[in-house]
Amino acid sequence: MGEGGEKRKLSIIVFSGTVDRLMPVGILASSAAASGYEVNLFFTFWGLQAITKKAIQAMREETLKVDLNYQEFGPMIAKRMSEMKYPTWYQLIMDAKSQGEVRVFACSTTMGFFNIKREDLADFVDDIVGAATFLDRAQGGETLFI
Amino acid sequence: MSQPFRITKTLDARGMYCPGPVMETAKVMRQLNVGDVLEVLATDPAAKPDIEAWARRTGNQVLEVQQHGDTIRILVKKLK
Repeated sequence: MGEGGEKRKLSIIVFSGTVDRLMPVGILASSAAASGYEVNLFFTFWGLQAITKKAIQAMREETLKVDLNYQEFGPMIAKRMSEMKYPTWYQLIMDAKSQGEVRVFACSTTMGFFNIKREDLADFVDDIVGAATFLDRAQGGETLFI
Repeated sequence: MSQPFRITKTLDARGMYCPGPVMETAKVMRQLNVGDVLEVLATDPAAKPDIEAWARRTGNQVLEVQQHGDTIRILVKKLK
């Protein structure tokens, strides 16, 4: 509960699959969870690609993807993140889940488009849902599209 | 230096960056009892505003903030 006793809520549509956008998702989700917010993360399109077991297992410093416009910074930030011992974006999400009320949703339509099955998804995914479920859960809170 | 607060536990979050100090503060505070005081040491420049915001949001109290060189020392009291 926050000031005034209201429950705060943060919902994020995670559309992007590059680390420069997934990192802020992890940081906001974990900070919000630690501060008592309810958090909903809805992974769709390239964001959904990033939460497959295969993508997570393949993630390493050399293969870190950033937005094409900032590609030249990719190797440098990947190196700095390891030197800083900074957690990966999905470690931040798992940490967020252990701290508070955080739900991770996978977009069912995207799963169809890319032929991704339930068992292909990372274990931190709670449920496969559609837009109506996300809109319902996000109602009354703050919503971001990243 | 006089020490008016009895510190229950110290969290060394030096070298961590956002959201590390807040996440660790939240984790340790969960294990403490109401009335306990946590001392947080951090070097992240965001630690002060972030822990103050976290305390406002979660209904806990920042008692004191001191800067010693690169290290910031924040005392947080568990209120609930």
